[in-house]
Amino acid sequence: MSQLALVIDLNVCVGCHACVTSCKEWNTSGWAGPMPDQRPYGEDPTGTFFNRVQTYEIGTFPNTETLHFPKSCLHCEEPPCVPVCPTGASYKREDNGVVLVDYDKCIGCKYCSWACPYGVREFDDKNRVMKKCTLCIDRITDLSLPESERKPACVLACPASARLFGDVHDPGSEVSIAIREQGGYQLQPEWGTQPSNHYLPRRKTRMHIHEDELVRADNPLREELELPFDQGETLDDVAW
Amino acid sequence: MHPAFSVIFLTTLIGVGQGLFLALYTGQVYSLANLLPVQDSTSFYGIGSALALLFLVLGLFASFFHLGHPERAWRAATRWRSSWLSREVIVLPVFMGLVFLYGVIHYLGWTAPLFVVQQTLPVDATLIVGFLASVAAFALFLCTAMIYASLKFLQQWHSPLTVLNYMLLGTASGFMLAAAFSAYTGVDLLAFFGTWAVIFTLAGFLTRGASLLRNRGLRPKITLRSAIGVRHQHLGQKAQGFMGGSFNTREFFHGKGPGLVRGMQYAFLLLAFPLPVALIWAGHLANSPELALVAFAVQYLGLVAERWHFFAEARHPQNLYYQSMA
Ligand code: SF4
Ligand code: SF4
Repeated sequence: MSQLALVIDLNVCVGCHACVTSCKEWNTSGWAGPMPDQRPYGEDPTGTFFNRVQTYEIGTFPNTETLHFPKSCLHCEEPPCVPVCPTGASYKREDNGVVLVDYDKCIGCKYCSWACPYGVREFDDKNRVMKKCTLCIDRITDLSLPESERKPACVLACPASARLFGDVHDPGSEVSIAIREQGGYQLQPEWGTQPSNHYLPRRKTRMHIHEDELVRADNPLREELELPFDQGETLDDVAW
Repeated sequence: MHPAFSVIFLTTLIGVGQGLFLALYTGQVYSLANLLPVQDSTSFYGIGSALALLFLVLGLFASFFHLGHPERAWRAATRWRSSWLSREVIVLPVFMGLVFLYGVIHYLGWTAPLFVVQQTLPVDATLIVGFLASVAAFALFLCTAMIYASLKFLQQWHSPLTVLNYMLLGTASGFMLAAAFSAYTGVDLLAFFGTWAVIFTLAGFLTRGASLLRNRGLRPKITLRSAIGVRHQHLGQKAQGFMGGSFNTREFFHGKGPGLVRGMQYAFLLLAFPLPVALIWAGHLANSPELALVAFAVQYLGLVAERWHFFAEARHPQNLYYQSMA
């Protein structure tokens, strides 16, 4: 069984929110929509989003770093939000592991959102049902699209390619290799929810340059001087 | 968590209904054992059951305000294998049906014994239906409380104390009402129900107090470090991704100052426990149905405050992601 998921490279994400807007654009008019807003231009705007980009500061001034942190449903392998749903509206697809909500069955009790520790389910106040990231299920399963476009809208939109998409159960997939080789990790692993989405940590690329790498003893451009001492005969003096 | 009034009224009102029914049935069993005088079926048990049913219906009515699509509520009965909420949705109407049946049988006076056990215990239809309804009442307490106690993310709720509190507080308020009701109907069982009400209230005080103490000492299992996976002692959110509010900032925060939460705690510790005990005691001494009714009303008010505090006190780990408005 495959488990589709996102891998988000925090080392690359620049916090541009392109994934947020493309997600909303694609999904509000697609299968999972609409994603209504209330008072979008008013005093206290609010609305339904599947994906948010947050910003955190690490450390204290002046030794700080900025972390941009995109957050959407992690499509947990042991999703605590699914068994609590009284209607069966929340379910996990058998074939690809995507966690979805059937809007026609949802009674809007919000219990699933209480059972998700990641705060990624957002109640739609207009249609009065629970909404969440679908991994663009209508795109990724649409065989009429060319294969390169069978990806979530956020992945296609990311200008920095910080978002990877694939099957984390396939050890040879791009996402599995990235998780394995670049330290991919899960959020709040303490609960045992086994999130399928992984994050790649921020990594520093450091060069280690030693003094003798800067000043080569045999640097041909080095200024020639008389040696401060008599070297005596060296191999260089030998005429062959 | 945000205390939703629909859920506060649902849990407190059905608690009264369950407790009142349990009180009526206890009274019946006691009189069967000749520990209490036998009551008039029609007025005491019949009308008492109707009163219990009224509270249950009001609670059910309140619960619909919590749903986005109440017209689909029947669907909530389908996932009883895994969801406590679904189990509650099944047990509540079953319990209501049994209480209705119990009341109707008493009202119609079909209380001729069906058979006699060992020549001493005459069993009539009400005894059987009442027993089933009592089982359903306890099952309903369990389901309601487990909706909260089963969520491991909410550490303040994830404890057997939650189940005990729902049971004891609901039963206490029901017996309080039974005391007042019996005094009003001229069946003088104020002392009997009042004594039980005091016992349940004091037991509830112990378990609720224990849960308050437990919650005071709780350390959050999750910190921002594991929420975003960065190992540093100093982490802070600068932006949560939007400038306005969202479902996540409304549903999981009570939005009130710590003063109000503490005030609510003192209010319910006073209103739900010592005050009604004193009032029912005074009611007993003065033989006054009014005082007994006031005792019930005060305790109910206290339990509304108690439920508010129950929700406000629970801290959801998702709140870690929603700390900064910018
Ligand atoms: S991230 Fe939350 S909503 Fe998504 S599968 Fe996990 S528990 Fe469910
Ligand atoms: S809000 Fe909808 S999806 Fe969530 S638990 Fe309730 S019925 Fe299920």
